Amino acid sequence: MQKTVLNEDHRRSGARMVDFGGWEMPLHYGSQIEEHHAVRRDAGMFDVSHMCVVDITGLDSAAFLRRLIANNIDRLQVAGKALYSAMLNEAGGVIDDLIVYYLDESNYRLVINAGTAAKDLRWMAGRLADWQLAATITQRREGAGALAMIAVQGPNARQKVWQALPDCRSACESLQPFFAARCGDLFIARTGYTGEDGYEITLPAEQASELWTALADTGVQPCGLGARDTLRLEAGMNLYGQDMDENISPLDAGLAWTVDLVAPRDFVGKAALVTRPQQQQFLGLLLKDRGVLRAHQKVVTSQGAGEITSGSFSPTMQQSIALARLPLAAAIGDTVEVAIRDKLLAARVVKPCFVRKGSILV
Amino acid sequence: MNIPSDLKYTRNHEWVRAEADGTITVGITDHAQELLGDLVFVELPDVGVEFSADQEVAVVESVKAASDVYAPLTGSIVEVNPIAVDSPEVVNQDAYAAWLFKMQPVAAADLDALLDATAYQQLVDA
Repeated sequence: MQKTVLNEDHRRSGARMVDFGGWEMPLHYGSQIEEHHAVRRDAGMFDVSHMCVVDITGLDSAAFLRRLIANNIDRLQVAGKALYSAMLNEAGGVIDDLIVYYLDESNYRLVINAGTAAKDLRWMAGRLADWQLAATITQRREGAGALAMIAVQGPNARQKVWQALPDCRSACESLQPFFAARCGDLFIARTGYTGEDGYEITLPAEQASELWTALADTGVQPCGLGARDTLRLEAGMNLYGQDMDENISPLDAGLAWTVDLVAPRDFVGKAALVTRPQQQQFLGLLLKDRGVLRAHQKVVTSQGAGEITSGSFSPTMQQSIALARLPLAAAIGDTVEVAIRDKLLAARVVKPCFVRKGSILV
Repeated sequence: MNIPSDLKYTRNHEWVRAEADGTITVGITDHAQELLGDLVFVELPDVGVEFSADQEVAVVESVKAASDVYAPLTGSIVEVNPIAVDSPEVVNQDAYAAWLFKMQPVAAADLDALLDATAYQQLVDA
C-alpha cells in the first residue's frame, strides 16, 4: 500500500488507518463525529497528499486544457483563479473530476483524485500525443519534487493557518474564495471539500510534517477520511466513483454547471452530451424515518425509480441524508420512499446542499 | 482489547451473558464497536418474536456501515434495551454495559457451544 509523507504523524496521533484506493489513509483518530463537528465549529485538517497535483506547462497548455476538460478554461483570466470541472471520455462519461488553477498562459496546475491518477495521466498523455500539442504533463505526487497537500477547514481555519504560517499571512489573507497564491514553496488555495471556509495548502513533501505539527499546536483537529466524507455529503459535493464514474454523464450527476456547452469550442465528450441530454436529476434526500440511507439503495417515486449514490448520517442535522439520481419529473419537496432492507421508508426530496458554513439549509 | 472473562462470545462478535433467571443478555463486543466506529442507528426486534440461532435479529449502523446482529442461540426475545435505540453512542462508550436484547433460549445447554473469552481473543487475533 502507498503511504503519504504524513503516515507516521497519523500513527502517532492514534489514527485508525484504512486502504483507500491503494493508499493507507487515516479513517479517524478516535471519533469521526467529533472530527466532523470540529470542522463545522472550529477548525480541522486533512492529509490529502494522496490526491495528485499535475502541472501542465508549455505554449499549448491552454489549447490542451480547452479540449481536455468540460468546463471552459477561458473563464480563467486572473492568476491564481481556480475552476472545478470534469474530464470526460468520448461517450460523455466522467473520467475524473478535478480543479484547474490558472497560473499564467503556459502554466496550469490540476488536482486530480487519488484512485484515478494513473488512468488520468495515461489519458492526458494519450490526448496530448493525438493532438500534437506542445505541452508537458508533470505529476507531482512521487519522485523528485513530490508535493504533499493539507486541507485546513472550518470557521477558524484561516486564522489558525495565519498563526501557523505568519510569513504567509499577507499572501493568503486577501485571497478570495476559489483563488490560490504562492508563498515561497507553498501554494495556498482558498478551496475545500467540506462546505466551510479554509485553505488547501500544497507544499514540498519534506515540509509537510512540520506544518502538520504547527497546525496541531494551534489547536487544529486532525480529521480522517470518515469526517471528510460526511462533511462533503452535507455540503452536497460529489465523490468520484460513487456519485459519478465513466458510465455516468455529468448532466445526470449534478455537474451540468461544470460543463460548458455554450462556447463554440470542442472538447472530449461534447458531442455525446449534445446527443444525449440530461436523463436524471441529481438531488438530495432527507430521511424522515429513523434509519440510515446508503449508496445503491433504490428510491421509489410516483414518477419512476431512482438510486442513492451517496448516503450516510449527518452529524450536523442528526438525521440521515443522501445524494440520489431521480427521475426528471421528481421535484423538490416531494416525498419518496427508499428501500432499506425489508422496509420502504419515507424521505423528502431537497436541494443537494444540506449544510454550508455551519448552517443547515434544508 | 477488552474481553471480559465472565462472558460468552459468538463468531459474529456478540457477547452473551447467562442470567440467573435462565435468560441471556446479548450485545456487541468492544472489538465490534471499535471496528464499526461511531454508531448512529440501532434497530431491535419486537418482544416475543422467536429466532433460531444465527438468524438476523437486529441491525447496528455506524456512520460508515450497517452490520447485522445475529441470534446467538435459538429462543425468543423477552426484552430490548430502549437506551441503545435512543442513544446508539452508548454502545461505543461501553459495549458491555449497553446490551441490545435479552432472549429466553429454548435449550440452556446451547450456551456451552459458544466461545469463551480465550477462544474469542484468538478469533480476534487471527
